Amino acid sequence: MNKISIMIVGVGGQGTLLASRILGAAALKKGYDVKVSEVHGMSQRGGSVVTYVKLADKVYSPIVEKGEADIILAFEKLEALRWIDHLKKDGKLIVNDQRIDPMPVITGVAKYPENIIEKIKVNYPNTIAVDALQIAKSCGNLRTVNVVLIGVMAKSTDIEKEVWIETIKEVVPQKFVDVNIKAFEAGYNA
Amino acid sequence: MKKLMLGNEAVARGAYEAGVTVAAAYPGTPSTEVTETLATYDEVYCEWSPNEKVALETAIGASFAGARAICSMKHVGLNVAADPLFTASYTGVNGGLVIVVADDPGMHSSQNEQDSRFYARSSKVPMLEPADSQECRDFIKLAFEISEQFDTPVILRLTTRISHSRSLVEMEERIDYRLKEYRKDVAKYVMMPGMARKRHVEVEKRMALLREYSNTCGLNVIEWGSKDIGVIAGGIAYQYAREAFGNVSYLKIGMVYPLPDKLIAEFAKEVKTLYVIEELEPFIEDHVRKLGIKVIGKECLPVTGEYSSQLIKERILGIRQETSSFPDEPIPVRPPVMCPGCPHRGTFYVLKKLKLTVSGDIGCYTLGATPPTDSVDTCVCMGASVGMAHGMEKARGKEFGKKTVAIIGDSTFIHSGITGLINVVYNKSNSTVIILDNSITGMTGHQDNPTTGYTIKGEPTKQTDLVMLAKAIGIERVRVVDPYDLQEFEKVVREETEADEPSVIIAQRPCALLKRVKHGSPMKINVDKCRKCRRCLTIGCPSIANKGDRIEINDALCVGCGLCTKLCSFNAIEKAGEYNE
Repeated sequence: MNKISIMIVGVGGQGTLLASRILGAAALKKGYDVKVSEVHGMSQRGGSVVTYVKLADKVYSPIVEKGEADIILAFEKLEALRWIDHLKKDGKLIVNDQRIDPMPVITGVAKYPENIIEKIKVNYPNTIAVDALQIAKSCGNLRTVNVVLIGVMAKSTDIEKEVWIETIKEVVPQKFVDVNIKAFEAGYNA
Repeated sequence: MKKLMLGNEAVARGAYEAGVTVAAAYPGTPSTEVTETLATYDEVYCEWSPNEKVALETAIGASFAGARAICSMKHVGLNVAADPLFTASYTGVNGGLVIVVADDPGMHSSQNEQDSRFYARSSKVPMLEPADSQECRDFIKLAFEISEQFDTPVILRLTTRISHSRSLVEMEERIDYRLKEYRKDVAKYVMMPGMARKRHVEVEKRMALLREYSNTCGLNVIEWGSKDIGVIAGGIAYQYAREAFGNVSYLKIGMVYPLPDKLIAEFAKEVKTLYVIEELEPFIEDHVRKLGIKVIGKECLPVTGEYSSQLIKERILGIRQETSSFPDEPIPVRPPVMCPGCPHRGTFYVLKKLKLTVSGDIGCYTLGATPPTDSVDTCVCMGASVGMAHGMEKARGKEFGKKTVAIIGDSTFIHSGITGLINVVYNKSNSTVIILDNSITGMTGHQDNPTTGYTIKGEPTKQTDLVMLAKAIGIERVRVVDPYDLQEFEKVVREETEADEPSVIIAQRPCALLKRVKHGSPMKINVDKCRKCRRCLTIGCPSIANKGDRIEINDALCVGCGLCTKLCSFNAIEKAGEYNE
């Protein structure tokens, strides 16, 4: 069984926790040993958040460290840049082409870096950028950005599409199942 | 059946399986989910207590009365509950009593990085430390058995990475635990000097038995590999060590107090070089040295922050991870911020404008110390805002007092602000205390408290009336105001700080994340009207962005609270069409 280390990074409130829960549950169905490390509390309030998901026959440390990630799923561009040194040289970055200004940029003491995705692509050619916010909008709910991105990532794992869909049905609240499946499909086919 | 569970959920599951019927806690990251999960079991009585001391007293009472009881808190909560802990160590238990404490190395969501293992040693209470979710579930069940077998409370110590990591857990059915008989036993349960002296002797006997037990109980185990290196480690540090060292020998510590002296000596004798890997203080390491055994630990590894396997590899094995020169430009930090629509934003805008000294407290509103609404001067511990504002006035006099306010959340006020307020009245200061009443315990993820009118299980209950409470203790000036009514709020703060007597201002507006709070459609900037004065940027709303040549509102973040419209002198902020969700 492959050993896969995944990081989900973004801004507190973007729904990274739900994404990691779906990923963990799907991997479990596939028979992996799974560890998912989350951040709760203070950092969730609009701060930089990171969740680690590790799959293997046997996982010890739940943390993915520098240069170890096979996949980084970034919900925001600046967060992709912040954590890119955790990606393996041949690792895959899936980045949501969305910009959320952190407070130091809003107050004018720092500058939001220009052309982030282009710069990352030079160093990490295995980079896929998607406008997940636009896709989520077209699916009818802005809050499904997380599941759109899970859909994009799903193709890079050995977990079958049916397993993902089954997992989403189990993890998301009943009344949001349909819109989330739609979002997953849109991400999967993006 | 195996399930992916947070460490905290697994603790709750294990406690449930152990037949626990009473659980009490005050929420605190990273411990909160233990009690939230227990509350989902119908068989377990659960409560959010006003603070950790009351929670532990509730659990001690339940234990004396014959039930298995659990009490959970974050590390600093154990400081609040330390008083009952030290004496419960003397009384021992009737039904099993387990205290769960979650430390926060790296301070993800805390004001200090204290190492709670010292509490076990100083209160003479055994402490277990699991290394993954399965052990969380297994160890807590064992903790209840140890508690009853040795007539002692037991502490289960967690850290953030154990509490908030999910891993697989095998579950069992709940045991049929019957209440133990309650018998009046003054010599055991009434700790006056005469009885306590005798109990202290019992505690020492118990400790001697536990020191033996630690060698044989199976919580501390040797895993032999290459004997060139031996590693003593427990909890999350064991997992990091496993990845860093690979196939060497390990003495895995599951019972961290008392430590297994014989096992340690036996292990040390067999390995060439001995390391102790532990986050925070050299608790295990010092003990190993005391046994006269040569060991390497904190001379290579820090007492600050979290560990990782790369840190261990680098500092001990000299293996450096290759570093990339990309990205080669500064990356702006992204500190946590108050959410769009946060009621505190109005409060801090006014406090900053009035240039007051703000004695702060613990909660989301501690973020009022960060730019651009940086008005908070202090943050020490739960409830400290009130006592410290009082102390500042006593040090610098009444005029300084008139330029000072204390700010404290509704839940924090009940936790330990109220005693400070009684002191303000009793010892005659003029403090102005602003209770930020957002109708919920916010930072820890929305727990009910005595001011919300609901219990942890969502049942309606009596609601503490903050106005009547303040009046009853002798505050004559009590004002209730909406912090989003900026003009009125400013007027009230001016009047109350000026007054020659103490006052309480209740800044009332519910947390923007509460489900019952309905949001409007997002706002947008009318570029024709906007004069780029940037006044809207002074409230530090994450949805208003400065794009250099223009100001823009991010419609995916904005909740349409409208606070910014009150600041704009040019009516340039308008509703942006329909509401999505």
